[in-house]
Amino acid sequence: MTTTTTRPTPPVRPAQRAGGPLTGFGALLRLIARRERIRVPVWILAIAGLQSAGAAAYPGLYPDEADRQAQALIIGSNPAMKAMTGPGHGLDDYTFGAMMTNEYLGIAVIFAALMSVFLVVRHTRAEEEEGRAELVRANVTGSEAALSAALVAAVIANVALGAAVAIGMAALGIETIDWPGSILFGAAFSAVGIVFAAIAAVTSQVTQFSRAASGMAGALIGVAYLLRAIGDVMENGLSWLSPIGWAQATAAYVDNNWWPILLSLVVAAALAALAFRLAARRDVGAGLRAERRGVAEGSALLGTPVGLAWRLQRATVMWWAIGMFVFGASYGSAIDVIEDYAGNEVVADLIENLGGATLTESYLAMIMGILAIAVSIFAVTSALRPRREETSGRAEAVLATGISRTEWYASHLVISIVGSAAILLATGLGLGLAATGTSAGSSILGQVIPAMLSYAPAVWVVVGVALVLVGWAPRATLVAWIVVVHAFLMRYLGALLDLPEWMMSLSPFRHIASLPAEDFRALPVLLLTVLAVALIAIGLAGFNRRDVEAT
Amino acid sequence: MASILVSGVHKSFGSTIALDGLDLEVATGEVHGYLGPNGAGKTTTIRTLLGLLRADRGTVRLLDGDPWRDAVALHRRLAYVPGDVNLWPNLTGGEAIDVFGSLRGGLDRTRRDELIERFDLDPTKKGRTYSKGNRQKVALIAALASDVELYLLDEPTAGLDPLMEVVFQDVIRQLRDDGKTVLLSSHILSQVEKLCDRVSIIRLGKVVETATLLDLRHLTRTTIEADTREVPLGLDRLTGVHDVTISGHRVRFSVDSDHLDEAVRHLSTLGLGSLVSQPPTLEELMLRHYGDELAGNGREKVGQDR
Ligand SMILES: Nc1ncnc2c1ncn2[C@@H]1O[C@H](COP(=O)(O)OP(=O)(O)OP(=O)(O)O)[C@@H](O)[C@H]1O
Ligand SMILES: [Mg+2]
Repeated sequence: MTTTTTRPTPPVRPAQRAGGPLTGFGALLRLIARRERIRVPVWILAIAGLQSAGAAAYPGLYPDEADRQAQALIIGSNPAMKAMTGPGHGLDDYTFGAMMTNEYLGIAVIFAALMSVFLVVRHTRAEEEEGRAELVRANVTGSEAALSAALVAAVIANVALGAAVAIGMAALGIETIDWPGSILFGAAFSAVGIVFAAIAAVTSQVTQFSRAASGMAGALIGVAYLLRAIGDVMENGLSWLSPIGWAQATAAYVDNNWWPILLSLVVAAALAALAFRLAARRDVGAGLRAERRGVAEGSALLGTPVGLAWRLQRATVMWWAIGMFVFGASYGSAIDVIEDYAGNEVVADLIENLGGATLTESYLAMIMGILAIAVSIFAVTSALRPRREETSGRAEAVLATGISRTEWYASHLVISIVGSAAILLATGLGLGLAATGTSAGSSILGQVIPAMLSYAPAVWVVVGVALVLVGWAPRATLVAWIVVVHAFLMRYLGALLDLPEWMMSLSPFRHIASLPAEDFRALPVLLLTVLAVALIAIGLAGFNRRDVEAT
Repeated sequence: MASILVSGVHKSFGSTIALDGLDLEVATGEVHGYLGPNGAGKTTTIRTLLGLLRADRGTVRLLDGDPWRDAVALHRRLAYVPGDVNLWPNLTGGEAIDVFGSLRGGLDRTRRDELIERFDLDPTKKGRTYSKGNRQKVALIAALASDVELYLLDEPTAGLDPLMEVVFQDVIRQLRDDGKTVLLSSHILSQVEKLCDRVSIIRLGKVVETATLLDLRHLTRTTIEADTREVPLGLDRLTGVHDVTISGHRVRFSVDSDHLDEAVRHLSTLGLGSLVSQPPTLEELMLRHYGDELAGNGREKVGQDR
């Protein structure tokens, strides 16, 4: 794998090492281009393609101005919709272009951010972790070449993405989706991607592990989305702390502001400079913090299969619980403002359409639906943990002891199942406690906790799907992420587009009643639990039959 | 009685044939060397013995059980050191040793501490901060500290320094004296020569030779160097004598083991001044077995290694 990708470089004698810190930059950049020649184009085409496909559906959905204006009212007056979409640029003249900026941009740029984070971490921290960076650094490359090459590659990828989005949009020929607006719209994708590339460059210096580096940067994507959601609902300026908020501030197709793009680039440059400073202060392969020593003997708990699995996943579970508690609390603290929206007439109509639920209830239901899907990200990571143990070669040594494959599989499964329920609970606690602290009333905690927990079977189904892949298609485990992305898209687009029901019902989350806006339905909860158990058993059967692979 | 009995085992990964009708027998109580070029199938054999891989065809018996079906019961009676040791980055070496020990059903604490001392391991460092050799030590100590019947060691000392190599050989000899069985895959021939009762040589997924070192030596040539009073002529006319080089009164040649007698008799007629005989080294034995194809690694593969 490595031999085909590292190009031969002439051996160096110390005397030849006169080059600057950027020596070898070109060779490294070409190496990245070669290794990414499939992956990045797929990301770009998928993001731009989804964006164009979404835009192309709009003229059919809202044929005339009256339809569009009605949609503007729904979005502008409903805090839940605002939290999900954007601040509401161009609502008073809701053209197709304005719809794109308001309803699509905030979500779609997240994928640009993800692409950039993975790209940068893959070519910086992951390379160091696997020891390849040492090989490279021992050749004729300067100390800053690798980080520079990764960042430049990310900038190139994001500019290409922006261009693809711009062309894909303008080429549709939809009225008001014009070239100047489309170019800015594409540039907003590039800007968000570049900011998160720089963020990933920083997190890659801070931690020694590529997974922690992408985890931190990924959490910051979540924070950026959260800040703009809360900021947009409460109209208190919090959105200005978010790179996603800046993208939306361009108001492409409405006001066409370029200065937020500039702001993004300045921030990205500052973050990149920080990353270089941090990199200069540490050794290749090391983090910023020197490693502490630990105990010389293992505890009794550690010597049991579940104890070991818990020890390996403990940090992930706890960070997720804390993070989701904070997320829930932030949404919960916005409850106060929600009822203010209820003052106007349109909303009164809207409430009737919601089938009797109050605005607060529908806000809570919408928020919890999304938070529950977020928890399924943990579920996939955790369910794929056994596979990571396997590819790293550690499972082999454990399975050569007196523990059966079933016990080993079950030990990690327990953590995934109990862990996801615990994180759902933490989310509900955050949401409920923060809401209770507001004037909106104390009954909320009792509503949201069962509501969050009712999503557990859906999350377990996601665990089950991942485990079926682990058992039967271990090299295709990344496919499990499709379930999560699909659930997000259905939750989000389902509210905006008229998607066919079969497509939405593929998401397990779709079947759980949206408490407290709807009444609890026991049957889907039961059926999803049964499905999860079946998937888990199928996965185990596959795992017990196949070879244990070490990479 | 045999602790390991493998016959006619085939195992392929896609188009790569890793084991191609492998037969292997390891007697109880012996230290058995397992030699072969890179990619010959040593690791694949051991992973099959552990039930981590399922053989496509053939039978595998381990401690009178089937490693695929009776994995757990068998694993409690054996210890394994993988060729590539990966530790959990956030567990210390001491914790890792205890994890393996407890999961196998307990280990001997005093022996554990003694081995940590002898191998000079710092058990308080985190897995990610260990050097390659130290990671190897963790796996070795975890395996050697458990009181089991069979030890499967896949290149256990790759990365250990020479001092540690001495400790390792000491511990293995002790195991042999205690009547334990050891399968030792290794590229370190001096180690195999010192420790092993018998060796098996694997090539292209087949065992091509199983014998004691003594028997193997009989199959090959001894190198002789001698000083004679007369000019040493006429040696090359003897059967079984090869590669004769003469400089003055000094001669050097190699001779097939079964013609050694005649060659030495001939030398003595020339008036021997000094004589040095060198038995074939394991290197030479190995080269004879797969030397000609070493350059190309000897494997005709449809699919290349990734
Ligand atoms: N999981 C796998 N997938 C594909 N091919 C494999 C796999 N495992 C082993 N092989 C192939 O099987 C063959 C035997 O490999 P094995 O690891 O057993 O060799 P080895 O004798 O242990 O070599 P070395 O001395 O280098 O450790 C090699 O050609 C290897 O590429
Ligand atoms: Mg091997």
